[in-house]
Amino acid sequence: MPQTLEIKAISGHAGTVPGHGASRDYDVCKLIDVTTCIGCKACEVACLEWNGYSFTETVFDNSYQTMPETAWNYWNLIRFNEHENSDGSISLLMRKDQCMHCADPGCLRACPADGAIVQYANGIVDFHQENCIGCQYCVTGCPFDIPKFNPSTKKVFKCTLCSDRVSNGLEPACIKACPTGCLHFGSKDDMKELAEQRAAQLREQTSHKDAGVYDPAGVGGTHVIYVLHDIKNPEMYGGLPANPRVPFLVKLWKGPVKLLGGWAMFLGVVGVAIHYLRFGPKDAGHTTGPEDKNERTKS
Amino acid sequence: MTTRALPLKEPPDDQVERYSLTERIWHWLASLSYTYCTLTGLALFSPYLYWLAAVFGGGPTIRFWHPWLGLVFLASVVWMHGNWRDDLRLTEADREWRAKIGSYVENRDQELPPQARFNAGQKLFYWAMFYAILVLLLSGIVMWFPERVPRNLIVILPVVVILHEAAALISIGAIIIHIYMSVFAEPESLRAMVHGKVSRAWARNYHRLWYEKVQGQRRPAP
Repeated sequence: MPQTLEIKAISGHAGTVPGHGASRDYDVCKLIDVTTCIGCKACEVACLEWNGYSFTETVFDNSYQTMPETAWNYWNLIRFNEHENSDGSISLLMRKDQCMHCADPGCLRACPADGAIVQYANGIVDFHQENCIGCQYCVTGCPFDIPKFNPSTKKVFKCTLCSDRVSNGLEPACIKACPTGCLHFGSKDDMKELAEQRAAQLREQTSHKDAGVYDPAGVGGTHVIYVLHDIKNPEMYGGLPANPRVPFLVKLWKGPVKLLGGWAMFLGVVGVAIHYLRFGPKDAGHTTGPEDKNERTKS
Repeated sequence: MTTRALPLKEPPDDQVERYSLTERIWHWLASLSYTYCTLTGLALFSPYLYWLAAVFGGGPTIRFWHPWLGLVFLASVVWMHGNWRDDLRLTEADREWRAKIGSYVENRDQELPPQARFNAGQKLFYWAMFYAILVLLLSGIVMWFPERVPRNLIVILPVVVILHEAAALISIGAIIIHIYMSVFAEPESLRAMVHGKVSRAWARNYHRLWYEKVQGQRRPAP
């Protein structure tokens, strides 16, 4: 958020300056209350419009869902799932799927390109395509299957949480478009509080006794959080992982493998240098046997 | 001279041809393509070495060229394999050399058994590079086109990358010794790969069996 108009001193003013010294730093958060989502897809359209993509083509899959997966030019997708409850009734579940903006982003950990993925202090994880080399390591790092590769430009794209709007004090485009108010945007603390209030309301006033807030600790929490009817079973909302974490293989590869490899190369060079100092070059003049008689004479 | 050799002229009498022009061209093609792949690969291996990407035109540029130059390196290894396969086969005699490798390391070469065209260390270097490039090729194809990997199998990509990095590290370990031996420890072998010729004394001392074979093929002067 812009902080240029935070007041520091006021002329002719006795007493404390209102708001002075209070921290204005906050990390942003999008709250998605799936219990009040009606699946209207206004957020999908707003996302396309704000980011300048036109709708191209899709696959009909006997569902209201626009397409099977998010795409490099389709970052926001409502997933429709018919879930059979234990009493035999059917719930039509709708979940807005997009980048979760993890506090511990696996994509950023996996990326080898300097500056291709940045995490802002406000929590937004953003891809800078001018630095992207198209290796797609980010895809393996993401537990939510979000980064998508554009084969023609060889760059990877995903939801930016409208970093261009947020940096100018606006809410993300999807938030602005939502007609039911199931989408909220604010500081992580405020959104977490609002989400917990709503989950408590659901538990107390409805039959959703397992309602809860999805803010997975395995990736350090996320800057997109959900209120779910059933926090014990997030998979039923179109594959939302119960315990997402940065894959172990990515951590192994980016941690010990790099460290050991770097030391091995360094010690290899040091080793041959010490060998040279200790033993020096081989002496081609030494003789291992009787001289060849051709050696000095014309043959 | 040997049938492979394409000398522009007969070497001077105190020298003997070691590498033909064709052999030298393929070797330096391998060396240039390997150097490119290693330096650009190291840029992507470690953030501390990403500045190497800038040296070669930036991240997207090296991402494009690294696999292609890898194929050039592969082609040169295939050629060298066809050309030197017989000379590079590990023999029983190499066991003795390997048992006495300490003498080679400590420059007491007179204690070593006579060697043919390549000594056992050179052969081991070659086979390390050969198996490394097999792994680099197979893993590299996957890393070239990750978008073709089925989405539910993409979790194995880190395994493939780790294999690629491990094979590259083994080849780097081998190449450190290779470059050190030729540039510092035995500079005559670098001259051999540049000019194609070595002194008879060097040939007799380090590759006696090969030298005697070459001498045997020399037509005696009338």
